[in-house]
Amino acid sequence: MARGILVATNQNGGRVRRVAYEMVSLAQTLAPGAVTALTFGAEAEKTAPELGRFGADQVVALNAPPYQQYSSDGFALAVQAVVERLDPEAVFFPATAWGKDLAPRVAGLLKAGLASDCIEVHRREDGRLGAVRPVYAGKAFATVAIESPRALFSIRPNIQAVTTHDRAGALLDVNLDVDASQFQAVVVDVKAQASDKPELTEADIIVSGGRGIKAAENFRVLEDLADALGAALGSSRPVADEGWVPHSYHIGQTGKVVSPTVYFAVGISGAIQHLAGISGSKYIVAINNDPDAPIFKAANYGIVGDLFQVVPALAAEIRRIKQEA
Amino acid sequence: MPDTATQIRVQPGEPRIQTDGIKWVMNPYDEFALEEGLRLKERFGGEVVVVALGPTRVEEAIRQGLAMGADRAVHIVTDAATDLDPWTVAQALAQACQAEGYDLIFTGKQAVDDDQAQVGPLVAVALGLPQITVVIQLTVDPEGRRVRAERELEGASEIVEAPMPVVITAQRGLNEPRYPTLPNIMKAKRKEVKAVPFADLGIQSSPLVRVESLTLPPARPAAKILTGDPAETARELARLLHEEAHVI
Ligand SMILES: Cc1cc2nc3c(=O)[nH]c(=O)nc-3n(C[C@H](O)[C@H](O)[C@H](O)COP(=O)(O)OP(=O)(O)OC[C@H]3O[C@@H](n4cnc5c(N)ncnc54)[C@H](O)[C@@H]3O)c2cc1C
Ligand SMILES: Nc1ncnc2c1ncn2[C@@H]1O[C@H](COP(=O)(O)O)[C@@H](O)[C@H]1O
Repeated sequence: MARGILVATNQNGGRVRRVAYEMVSLAQTLAPGAVTALTFGAEAEKTAPELGRFGADQVVALNAPPYQQYSSDGFALAVQAVVERLDPEAVFFPATAWGKDLAPRVAGLLKAGLASDCIEVHRREDGRLGAVRPVYAGKAFATVAIESPRALFSIRPNIQAVTTHDRAGALLDVNLDVDASQFQAVVVDVKAQASDKPELTEADIIVSGGRGIKAAENFRVLEDLADALGAALGSSRPVADEGWVPHSYHIGQTGKVVSPTVYFAVGISGAIQHLAGISGSKYIVAINNDPDAPIFKAANYGIVGDLFQVVPALAAEIRRIKQEA
Repeated sequence: MPDTATQIRVQPGEPRIQTDGIKWVMNPYDEFALEEGLRLKERFGGEVVVVALGPTRVEEAIRQGLAMGADRAVHIVTDAATDLDPWTVAQALAQACQAEGYDLIFTGKQAVDDDQAQVGPLVAVALGLPQITVVIQLTVDPEGRRVRAERELEGASEIVEAPMPVVITAQRGLNEPRYPTLPNIMKAKRKEVKAVPFADLGIQSSPLVRVESLTLPPARPAAKILTGDPAETARELARLLHEEAHVI
């Protein structure tokens, strides 16, 4: 019988994203059987000790040249081969650009059910794994069962605490019969955007601006608050459409769906499409000068006031509290 | 899918939403997908065929596609009561693509109802094609039969090259979809829509992913709203976040 969980993750120079640790931690709480992490690329083997610490019993590091440039079809063949070798009950992928590209490809090869962007994976009464995932961008939540023998899940970042399990993280050698010359879609270049800010979908705190900020240059006010909080920056759709911020900032039903601990909605009215994308936030804080703005109905805390006065005062106050702590 | 302004209500005791009064629209990402196809046709010639699966109500989206400029459409007709899972949808769409022929296949990066982001890659696997997902920029070389695409990552982007045919899933930013003009809306009425009953495809529709229940997000407790002097309200908010919520 299939046992254990395989956790597929990307890495860069021996470092993985936090969601990888979240996934092995989650897998460890669910799995009878081994938790195996699968990583790709040069120096993939360096990820083993830390992945072990947070829950990986063993680590497969595909560090050979074919795996040093991402290829959706190529990597999917590799995951399929590893799955056939280890016969896990489930495979986890991060619900990131990387994982959301790879997971459905693997699902297609294995003819296995995949639940995308899960915020919870649980053991059901019948012994199988089930999941909860947002639909309609978070306007509702679906509890899903996977009907295929093997279950695939992509796991949203930030939904699981990283816990220390002190597992071996032992490197496991597998010889894959994958022909790299057949890889078709291949990454030829990566353009990094210079930013010291955390990524939106992984951020613990987000400061997001709406049309209330009035002009591109006023985003500085929010940047300062974000700096004080160590937060990522986001926006409503019109702000991105205006070109005041990059498209990647756009949060909502047709943008990024986020689940931070705290979401600051500044000068955002709270349209239904925007609220959909932030419903997974633990706390929502609204700053708006219109007391009737719908955002206040969705918020936990709010200030009715002019953002250009409130936000700088708030940033100063937060710096003061952090200094004292 | 339901218009994004729809307030979702759950059919009591059932794993689906109430559909009365809903306005049905084309998935926003599919507008980028279709627009890209139309631009390539305008540049290089060829034909743009819209393929959609669903009950009668998807005719609305098909008509929009034809009015934007697609040449014709295939409607795989299912019964309104069943929502099919991504695997099943993809098998059906792949069959239709096979029947129509293709150089490129475009889908949206995800449907903003089920949010699975699976159908594009599953169609690619079913047809043995490569895929490039979440594409924000595309260059096609029809002679060399290759594409070069930029896809969005977290805080970065990557350039991917692939041979044609290839499945591309479209992200916002790829282009600015056109609005159907009145003459084109009229013209669309005369364009061919081939209806194919889903049952005729011989695809088993037992789902690999089954939705068991649907719930609404829990209501948030009543908000603490502060009014008055900006400096004082800011101080009080910071205190609440620190001492009550313990988040800073
Ligand atoms: C198909 C479709 C999809 C969409 N998808 C999305 C989506 O994914 N994400 C999204 O965000 N939107 C989306 N929208 C747009 C959405 O309907 C709203 O138009 C949009 O969210 C409004 O953005 P906003 O809150 O920034 O602007 P507005 O609604 O204009 O609100 C600005 C707010 O700022 C406040 N304000 C003004 N000045 C100040 C000040 N000095 N101090 C404090 N407050 C101030 C005002 O009171 C107001 O509440 C979509 C729309 C459609 C049709
Ligand atoms: N029933 C359908 N008919 C036509 N295209 C679909 C259908 N379902 C999904 N798609 C396409 O696949 C994309 C991703 O859908 P999903 O995997 O459901 O998030 C959508 O943006 C569409 O382009």
